[in-house]
Amino acid sequence: MNKSISNIFSGEAVFLDKANVDTDQIIPKQFLKSIKRTGFGPNLFDAWRYLDKGDLNSDNSKRKLNPDFILNHDLYKSCNILITRENFGCGSSREHAVWALTDYGFTTIIAPSFADIFKNNSYKNGLLLIEIDKEKIDEIFTQITEKKIINIEVDVHNQFIYLEEKQIPFELDDFKKKFLLDGIDEVGFTLQHQNKIEDFEKNYKKTVPWLFK
Amino acid sequence: MNNPNPKTLYDKLWDTHFVGSRSDNGDLLYIDLHMVHEVTSPQAFEGLKIKGIGPRRVDSIVATVDHNVPTTDRSQGLGGIKDTISRDQIQALQINCHDFGIDLIDLNDLNQGIVHVVGPEQGFTQPGMTIVCGDSHTSTHGAFGCLAMGIGTSEVEHVLATQCLVMNKQKNMRISINGPLKKNVFAKDLTMFLIGKIGTAGGTGHVIEYDGSAIESLSMEGRMTVCNMAIEAGARAGMIAPDQKTFDYLKSKPHSPKGDEYETALKYWKTFHSDENSNFDTVHNFFAEEIEPQVTWGTSPEMVIGVNDRIPLKEDYISQTERNNFEAALDYMGLSAGDSLENYSLDQIFIGSCTNSRIEDLRKAAEILDGNVISKKIKRAMIVPGSGLVKKQAEEEGLHEIFISSGFEWREPGCSMCLGMNPDQLGEKERCASTSNRNFEGRQGHLGRTHLVSPAMAAAAALAGNFIDISS
Repeated sequence: MNKSISNIFSGEAVFLDKANVDTDQIIPKQFLKSIKRTGFGPNLFDAWRYLDKGDLNSDNSKRKLNPDFILNHDLYKSCNILITRENFGCGSSREHAVWALTDYGFTTIIAPSFADIFKNNSYKNGLLLIEIDKEKIDEIFTQITEKKIINIEVDVHNQFIYLEEKQIPFELDDFKKKFLLDGIDEVGFTLQHQNKIEDFEKNYKKTVPWLFK
Repeated sequence: MNNPNPKTLYDKLWDTHFVGSRSDNGDLLYIDLHMVHEVTSPQAFEGLKIKGIGPRRVDSIVATVDHNVPTTDRSQGLGGIKDTISRDQIQALQINCHDFGIDLIDLNDLNQGIVHVVGPEQGFTQPGMTIVCGDSHTSTHGAFGCLAMGIGTSEVEHVLATQCLVMNKQKNMRISINGPLKKNVFAKDLTMFLIGKIGTAGGTGHVIEYDGSAIESLSMEGRMTVCNMAIEAGARAGMIAPDQKTFDYLKSKPHSPKGDEYETALKYWKTFHSDENSNFDTVHNFFAEEIEPQVTWGTSPEMVIGVNDRIPLKEDYISQTERNNFEAALDYMGLSAGDSLENYSLDQIFIGSCTNSRIEDLRKAAEILDGNVISKKIKRAMIVPGSGLVKKQAEEEGLHEIFISSGFEWREPGCSMCLGMNPDQLGEKERCASTSNRNFEGRQGHLGRTHLVSPAMAAAAALAGNFIDISS
């Protein structure tokens, strides 16, 4: 049991009360011109977070924050768990959305559902996504509205979250869990199966020779 | 004789590309074609360079520049791009392709264009293939009976290095649409209508196979429009079984097999269809006659109505979350509940994108614009062809003259205002009729307001200055 690594997924939660949050909202297109994987955090949810329009040349520390946006409230500035509504991460395949979330400091997102490509991008970057029922999300919303701050403990190994008095189980694919907990290089891991790929390729080439030039 | 083991099209594509399972239960799926563009690839190539490895099969990769390129004068090439950050990104792709020996269809190449227009047009896209690209609209290629999926940058790197994508098999969904489409109702209306019905998460966890007489009646270009927006219904892949139209389309394409090889390929391609009695996890049925010309009113593709319908009311939504989303969308779009969309003036018209920038789309727009001039209310109207070849074809047919004399700008190929990474953007609160695929907040420009429509509707709206019924 790898409790210490598991623990980075625990922490204080902020609730973003929106459904269908798309990757254009998570990181607007002007920031995709960067050729790096880092530095996207200050522009997470850029159009909601700031009152002006920013780009890669902006000095974000000088921009005016939108006081109505939940992440700008003093209470939630250091939260590492994002709780939100269904179909989070829909739209574009841009991995920059995940890079922005992790760079900002989120380690875990809890929602009723996530979009497929976003899901894949997340686990590859060590961002834990937890799907739980809509009703349970509603309950958390009520709790957080009353108490303002809630702490969530996440046990990735045994696949439970602990919230107040409750223990809520969640599903996680074996291969995603491995990458979250071990953080190993996936390309290297797949290349351990290189023989399988070569055997497949040899046979496949006989079936579709026109696809090999 | 009964087939004891009937398979869906997706089952067949999965089975013919299944390499094996890793020790962690991740399945390895072999990838035939990897299309690359400038925005989602630099970090992947950097990853390869750090690891000191190269792509496994350079012959399976095609690269082009599309997202970030200017659609105005390109006579000065890379040096003519004023935005230095955009220029660096395009240059990064040029360098990476050079370093790894990858074919690049570059900025001033006649074949350059939007990656999902270029693939089919060049014959890279063929039935029975697995295709990936670091772009969610890769689903477009499914129109040829391929498994075509958008992937993230880490996956781009993984496919470059291993020729495989790691995933687990998804569920099968079939959407059947039967009957004839009404006049001036097109593939775009059909695909938007379906998203309105099943929602933007309706296809999550599935691949969608579209079938039925309405699908069969569509041209290859129409089928691409349908599959293009499968991702907007939440499905990573949409597909249509190949038929004679598919085979005829491919016959003359530069990179499709020729001669005896074509005949061998044809035999193979014909095996890619769902067997009778094959099992789908989810099934939807619709009648094409019920589809009106569609217009989105909100900030999600599922927020769509027929042009003669009214914008919904708050009471139409049950949950508080839905009501909040509805109100936020109306507020962002500057619309009133229960109103008709015809009451709102348009500022810009955009005809283009991987959804609707092919020659048939341009012909349809030209048919409506021919001999007419756009409304004075329209500040800017532009047509951005999907590729250099589409542009050339349109000019040979004289379509560009119709566009220009009606008041449209005739641009160079690229993604353009679909996502506004280049200077083609909406101003704040500007309202646009757009043939693209996403009406998300800020997608076409900060605080810009996007209404998704077919090319015919976009052209008609350009003339009227607002949306009008084109079905009669």
